[in-house]
Formats: sequence, C-alpha cells, structure tokens
Amino acid sequence: MRALVSAASGGLFGLGLLVSGMTDTAKVQGWLDVAGTWDPTLAFVLGGAILPMLLAWRIAARRGRAVLGDPIPERPAPLIDARLLGGSALFGAGWALSGFCPGPALASLGWSGIGGTVFVLAMAVGMIAWQAARRRRTAVAA
Amino acid sequence: MAFPAIPPSWLFGLVGGLMIGGAAALLLLVNGRIMGASGILGRALEGDGGGQGERLAFLVALIGVPGLVVAWHGGAVTHASTDLPLMAVAGLLVGIGTRMANGCTSGHGVCGMSRFSLRSIAATGVYLVVGMAVYFIARHIVGVL
Repeated sequence: MRALVSAASGGLFGLGLLVSGMTDTAKVQGWLDVAGTWDPTLAFVLGGAILPMLLAWRIAARRGRAVLGDPIPERPAPLIDARLLGGSALFGAGWALSGFCPGPALASLGWSGIGGTVFVLAMAVGMIAWQAARRRRTAVAA
Repeated sequence: MAFPAIPPSWLFGLVGGLMIGGAAALLLLVNGRIMGASGILGRALEGDGGGQGERLAFLVALIGVPGLVVAWHGGAVTHASTDLPLMAVAGLLVGIGTRMANGCTSGHGVCGMSRFSLRSIAATGVYLVVGMAVYFIARHIVGVL
C-alpha cells in the first residue's frame, strides 16, 4: 500500500513537472536569466505547488499522524549553518549551469538524451561521494 | 478580443505546480513522508535503512510515467546541453549540494517553505540568488552558456 501511494505521488509529481514546463531547461534558465529575457513561469509553478501543501500541513498538524499510521515528520531545528548554506550554493551553481534540479532531471530521463543522462549519473555520483565522505568523518570521530 | 493575454506557459506552470503540490500532499498525508527528490534518490542510493521499497516505487514512477506519456504523445523537449563535461560538473554540484543542504527545490522549496521552515526559506533564498548570479556570469560574462 505504501509503495502504491509512493508510486502515485511520484507519477503525479513527474506529470506536474512535465505540464509545468520545468523539464525544459530553457524555461528554468529563462527564470534565472534576470538580465536577459526573464521568464517568470517558475514562480507560478512554485506558488501553485505551495498552495496544496499549505493546506496539507494544516491537516497534518490537526491529525498528528499520516493515514497509514506514521507520525508526521517533525519540524527540523531552525539551524542555519554553513552546511545548509554552502550546499544550497553548490546546488544553485549546478542548477544554473544545467537548468536541471533533481526532480525534473529524473522526470525527463526518458527523453533528455545523452546530456540529461550524464547529468543524472554525475548527480548520483555526487550524492554517493558526499555520503561516503560523511560516513568516513563520522567513523574517524568515533 | 480585448481579454488581456495571459501567457499560456504561466497557466501551464500554475496547473503543473498544483499537481506537484498535490503529489507532495498525498505523500505527506498518507505515508507521512516529505516529497523531496534529492532526499528520496540520495537515500535510495545509500541503500540502508527501511522504506527502500517505497522510495524505489516513487523513483520508478517519477521516471516512468512522464517518460511513457512523452513516448506516446511526443512533443516534449528538455533543451538539455550536450556539452557533457559541463553537464557532469553541474550534476556533481547538484548531487553534492542537495545532500549537503538536505534538500532541493521540491524538499526545501515546496515542502519546507509551505510549513514556514526557516532552514528551507534560507536554503531556497541561497540557491535562487546563487543560481541567478552563476547564470549571469556563465552566460553574460564568460559566455559558456
């Protein structure tokens, strides 16, 4: 059941990314190109996506638990550190150079060609590398 | 017709955005999970801990459903660069950066900001501003894009 709901969510997410135009790197880079022909579409996408989630967080707070019994994820401590800001800066740089963030890069893997495939493979390598480095640091500290 | 022309891409953006938010709401309210693309992929690659089945189901549908629709219907373009070294560097930056910051556009931008998480608002502010600055430099100063 959990996997089924997960698949429904992933499929709807992917279709939403396709319909919104976010799988087109030119539209995303158009949003980032404030000095050129700026394309405000991304603001409509983000705004549209936040609306149902505003409602969902209210319902979640009232219910306390998800329908299948799990607790609602707790709000993380408001820790704004170098890791959060530095990571977001690296992400922003890669996002600008490619026009891809993780969701659209995955959703468009079926038709994004060699460039999209190389991006997704490199992204996976980057994720594994970060996790391996972190695990080694924790092991050394322990 | 004197109706002010709203660019259709804005409307498609809004409708697609509502679908994205609906997908995130479904995962939160039924499974109790945050719909963050980088977190789900990163944990699936890590391969340990529970919940691996639902993460893989999410990823298969995220890649497969739009892929099938485009294969059948056609017409979608990504305009993805074929400059492979550039795409490899960009992918590495996105992979490391999103795991470092524990989230990307979906996790921080959609799920975190909608719960007024200060971490997510800070993260989103940084990747938006850095993204615009790096794009400006790469396109208008260095000319690599």
